[in-house]
Amino acid sequence: MRYMMLIYKDETAEPPSPEESRRRVDGVWTVIDEATRRGVLQGCEPLAPTSTATTIRTQNGKALITDGPFAETKEQLAGYYIMDCKDLDEALEWAAKIPTCGGPNGCIEVRPLPGLPAREEVIAEAGASSHNG
Amino acid sequence: MADLRNTIESVFHQESGRIIAGLIRLSGSFDLAEEAMQDAFASALVYWPEKGLPENPGAWIMAAAHRKLIDYARRQRTRRDKEDSLAYETETAIVPQESISDDDRENFPDDRLRLIFTCCHPAINVEAQVALTLRTLGGLTTPEIARAFLLPEPTLAQRLVRAKRKIQEAHIPYEVPQPSKLPERLASVQAVIYLIFNEGYSATAGDSLIRRDLASEAIRLGRVLCQLMPAEAESLGLLALMLLHDSRREARTANGELVLLDEQDRSLWNRAQIEEGLRLVDQALRLRRIGPYQLQAAIAALHAQATTPEETDWKQIAALYRELSVLQPTAVVTLNHAVAVALSDGLEKGLQLIQTIGASGALDSYHLYHAARADLLRRVGRHSEAAEAYNRALSLTANAVEQRYLERRLRELSSTSMAK
Repeated sequence: MRYMMLIYKDETAEPPSPEESRRRVDGVWTVIDEATRRGVLQGCEPLAPTSTATTIRTQNGKALITDGPFAETKEQLAGYYIMDCKDLDEALEWAAKIPTCGGPNGCIEVRPLPGLPAREEVIAEAGASSHNG
Repeated sequence: MADLRNTIESVFHQESGRIIAGLIRLSGSFDLAEEAMQDAFASALVYWPEKGLPENPGAWIMAAAHRKLIDYARRQRTRRDKEDSLAYETETAIVPQESISDDDRENFPDDRLRLIFTCCHPAINVEAQVALTLRTLGGLTTPEIARAFLLPEPTLAQRLVRAKRKIQEAHIPYEVPQPSKLPERLASVQAVIYLIFNEGYSATAGDSLIRRDLASEAIRLGRVLCQLMPAEAESLGLLALMLLHDSRREARTANGELVLLDEQDRSLWNRAQIEEGLRLVDQALRLRRIGPYQLQAAIAALHAQATTPEETDWKQIAALYRELSVLQPTAVVTLNHAVAVALSDGLEKGLQLIQTIGASGALDSYHLYHAARADLLRRVGRHSEAAEAYNRALSLTANAVEQRYLERRLRELSSTSMAK
């Protein structure tokens, strides 16, 4: 069985010290390396923070675009797509095609994937982007 | 020196929107573009007194700012050699080495259009769209915008930072939307401009002078939009609407009190703005793509053409409101329709319409519903019911100017009933 591990964290927490963030990046790569060696890793990546999120719902074919993560509390994470798009407009166009987007009880949140932190990276602005993939 | 400072200020006011728009395209960054433009204006303060005013001050600033951008990129590249972690930042901040050629100018006749669409992108919340549009295209400072919207400066600064960061990190494109998306996106640009106008025009709190600036700024942005996309009927309609409303600015208040349309001194109306507004309404309607701004402008035009309140063509206005209520079935529009019917087809008929609108109870806590009903009741002489409705309206509004208006009506009612 394939499983998805969803990462939750407090975005408002104080950014970690450079040493601490380096330790976390090291920790991430330890997991990636081990999971790769054992052949279980299918993919992992951090999401850009929620300040970069855009939510889209379609109603009667008209897109309602809002700034931010806007799922209602009764709406739960149900799946994902990863698409490589030119810009946010193209991503939103694709999102609008996903059936849940036009349903009565769902929406699509679009967030950029900034990529994994480099293995030995010293993070100058730790916490500015998430790096706990 | 004071003269030169004025010159620089006027160059800034005239050209900053165009300059910043070009710099954002060149740098891919709102922040770098702002920094470069500020540095360029600072250079102007040093060089212009020495060497005299350049022939084309705007182009001088643009060229100087462009050189600054190249400097920043060089500096950043040196830094990047040391720090890989800045790779993302520099990726979006790369400055093309070639200078701005005439060819470039032809390919990008006006970057302000991209800037307008990016600032008003629906993935940015509306408050931030407004702030960003005023900051970049309008060239207003953060403290100026904060004061105009009665917000603490840090709140507004934070709003701007967040919006710029979102544009950068979510890759909101810096371009004019493709034709299929254009109508929708243009509508959100128009909405932002109209929001700025209304904030300046109808708001009654705060520093009125700055508020007036907001209305003028909105008109200026409306003009830019019409220049850049001249065949858009709704943009023309919006500009006409703003001009026609604004033409009544001097007559709208007296000693801080709101003066309603039928009591205004019409000689105070700005004739030049009215003429321009009327021309624009005609121009828009000839394009035969009717929309809410054009309908509202056409209504404002009918008011503007009446030299006395009695001359107002209420029949036409009622017909236009009916059409508008199909496109925009809001409470305000249906109420206005009822009032126009009352004044063209008879007060009783209008009152009936208002009762029908209110029957559902949905507007029961809406002060304008009660105020409109009260006005009609007063006109037909049902004074005690009118007073009751004015009181209800009064209990529902927190706006001091509106409260004073309603209180005055109540006083008038009690004095007429005493006279009887």
